[in-house]
Amino acid sequence: MTLMQIAFLIVSAMTILAALGVVVGRNILRNALALILAFLGVAALYVLLEATFLAAVQVLIYVGAIAVLIIFAIMLTERLMRQERTTNEQWWVVLVASALLAAILIFLVGAVEWQVTSAEIGGDPIANLGRAMLTTYVLPFEVASLLLLMALVGAIIIAREREEA
Amino acid sequence: MIPLSWYLTVAAILFSLGVYGALARRNAIAILMGIELMLNAVNINLVAFWRYITPQEFIGQVFAIFVITVAAAEAAIGLALIIAIYRHRQTVNIEEIDLMKW
Repeated sequence: MTLMQIAFLIVSAMTILAALGVVVGRNILRNALALILAFLGVAALYVLLEATFLAAVQVLIYVGAIAVLIIFAIMLTERLMRQERTTNEQWWVVLVASALLAAILIFLVGAVEWQVTSAEIGGDPIANLGRAMLTTYVLPFEVASLLLLMALVGAIIIAREREEA
Repeated sequence: MIPLSWYLTVAAILFSLGVYGALARRNAIAILMGIELMLNAVNINLVAFWRYITPQEFIGQVFAIFVITVAAAEAAIGLALIIAIYRHRQTVNIEEIDLMKW
């Protein structure tokens, strides 16, 4: 057991516990705070995977933008913050199905012989990532910018208060 | 070195928790949070496969960035929809938002 493995176990235990806190519990605001912890845990996993740029992006976008947006939405719709039941009638079916899904996935992960390579990361990762995004993947990159623009405009139009004409 | 299967196991557990959150909760915002958890689990897989199988090429990381982009767009639109629905119907409980269901 190396130090890296111990760090991985601590980080992943924290992430899974936080994710559990997202899906159970009555108070939706606490769920959202647990979600922030889960996002930070995933960022730490990226650091362990030596994807430092993605870790920074994860903190900036998920923790900085999406989590804040979710908390904003909770505050704006707070009437349901303490509700009697938090789950619908099919929750036990879903519980069985998702437990089964987890069991099957973990079994498959153990059963497959992964073709792992011991090669090191080629060159400067961030420079290479930028080069890949602006050469090979320039079309998806542009489409993603268009998608973000459309989401921006669409979100404003949908959430805007309409004046009755 | 941490084995690849450890990462995949963590991602599988996160994904299943996200599935449960997305399908079993009544609050629409909680459903969105479940979807975000699933997207994060997929991203862990993409980055782990990049690191362990093709560390020379950056496909996995590029794809993870696109997933994050789509997740951001999805969160913005989803929450805008929830706020618009709340303004009209004073609820974010999906069992009461059944106008298009009969």
